Amino acid sequence: MPDILFYILSAVLSALVLVGLSMQSKVKSAVAGNLVCVGVMGLAILLTLFKQNALLNYRLWIAMAVGAIVGLIWAKKVKMIEMPQTVALLNGIGGLASAFVGSIELIKAESSVFANVTAALALVVGAITFTGSLIAALKLARKIDSRPKKFKGHSFVSALLLIACLAGVVLAGFGWNIVSLIVCAIAALLFGWLFAMRVGGADMPVAISLLNSLSGVAGAIAGMAISNVLLVAVGGIVGSSGLLLTQIMCRAMNRHLFDILLGKTVKVDKPAEKKEDVPAEPEPEPEPEPAFSLKDAKNVIIVPGYGMALSQAQHKVKELCDKLEQNGATVRFAIHPVAGRMPGHMNVLLAEADVDYEHLYELDAINDDFKNCDAVVVVGASDVMNPAAREAEGTPIYGMPILNVDQAPQVIVCNFDLKPGYAGVENPLYSRKHGLRLLLGDAKDSLDTLLAEL
Amino acid sequence: METILTHPVWGPVILVAVFAVASVLGYIIIKKVPSLLHTPLMSGMNALSGVTVLGALIAGAVCFKNGQTVLMLVALLAAALAMINVAGGFAVTHKMLRMFNKKGKEGEK
Repeated sequence: MPDILFYILSAVLSALVLVGLSMQSKVKSAVAGNLVCVGVMGLAILLTLFKQNALLNYRLWIAMAVGAIVGLIWAKKVKMIEMPQTVALLNGIGGLASAFVGSIELIKAESSVFANVTAALALVVGAITFTGSLIAALKLARKIDSRPKKFKGHSFVSALLLIACLAGVVLAGFGWNIVSLIVCAIAALLFGWLFAMRVGGADMPVAISLLNSLSGVAGAIAGMAISNVLLVAVGGIVGSSGLLLTQIMCRAMNRHLFDILLGKTVKVDKPAEKKEDVPAEPEPEPEPEPAFSLKDAKNVIIVPGYGMALSQAQHKVKELCDKLEQNGATVRFAIHPVAGRMPGHMNVLLAEADVDYEHLYELDAINDDFKNCDAVVVVGASDVMNPAAREAEGTPIYGMPILNVDQAPQVIVCNFDLKPGYAGVENPLYSRKHGLRLLLGDAKDSLDTLLAEL
Repeated sequence: METILTHPVWGPVILVAVFAVASVLGYIIIKKVPSLLHTPLMSGMNALSGVTVLGALIAGAVCFKNGQTVLMLVALLAAALAMINVAGGFAVTHKMLRMFNKKGKEGEK
């Protein structure tokens, strides 16, 4: 095939990826948008095989088929609640593939300085993505402690490893490919591991977005190593979008990317973070005196948080929503951008429970309505509605955009306990005198209580 | 195979330029996706990052031609891993997006 035709086709396919992605900005066209991306991927594979004269190389097809089948079975089995760790794990596998491609190019060692250097870089970024995502997935799946783990000299060792990676890349530039391969692989794998170990559970949305971006960058660099424009273009798109999501998450959490990467959780040694872990026995709380019931509420806003996901209460929330609507009330959901463990996590969980997406509102769209509503039901959320973010200067969440739950006349809090959320800042909302009802314990039980009253 | 992309100067320049342009375009387009759809967007992007399968295929095909069996096996492994990423990612995205669309298409199960 003439090269020029290949470049034109690559450009068309890259443009189609962008079309597919822009279709994913509307719920209605999103399914089709995803299918466009699937089609592009299929065509890209065919085009590549054709260009390599390898369309009939059955070995390649078998390898791809095995991978595809594993992927499809996995996707079929996965539950919505497991989505964050699934995405992280898939991401890590993609990174590993890029690392292998980089390694192969290094071993073949028949190419230019540029190709060698990019191959080593692809190996480094891919390997960091692999171990980083693996640890992130384990933390998200609660297979290992999700609290940030740091040891003395963590930053120093990380810095050394990063320097080792760079040194390895430089070595590849001088043609010492095998040494480079070994140095890069070991240093990058360790670096990814150390990097993810010190990111805490609630900072995971940022970490996975970043790793997602890295896996795209790894693909793009691998594309540079083998001079493939298509790989470079698609990798670049993924890389920048991951970075964009990372940025959005950081802003919504009022954290600097750098602090998160350094594992700077505020007050790591305070027991405040316990809330994130497997809950201890709930403290017996005297049943509050006959308080505000949702029976008369006509305008209700529900604020879900990670606690809802933990207790798998989204179906109960939907039940509550339906009952309220039968009562003639309007129900809306206020979704904070970082509620949950990955960007958009709450939306997916609620959609799973059949909540219409038109009831889901972003922070800016609903924040002015809290003062006009009749009641707010908080389900397993704390930091995202902590008024301290507005008033308490000097606290870690100061300046973070929050949901104005405190402006509502009646607030029902279905949280596990009253301990501060992940940020470790006491929530003054819990001590307000009027219009507050606390239902502590498992969110499912608390919601049952509310349902029984309707 | 001599192409402009393997040219010692123009090759790297073009490749880096393509990377930069794609990044900027991607950034602009993805900015429009509402946070409602961020999870499916992310898993979709994740699937796309499996595009590295192309690299694995090229490496596999070349190694096969050169008779480098061990390297070819590594390439095949890489292709399989990348396809897990691609197929799993797209399928999971599809699953989530259909959930969001359940309402409008009542009756269809």
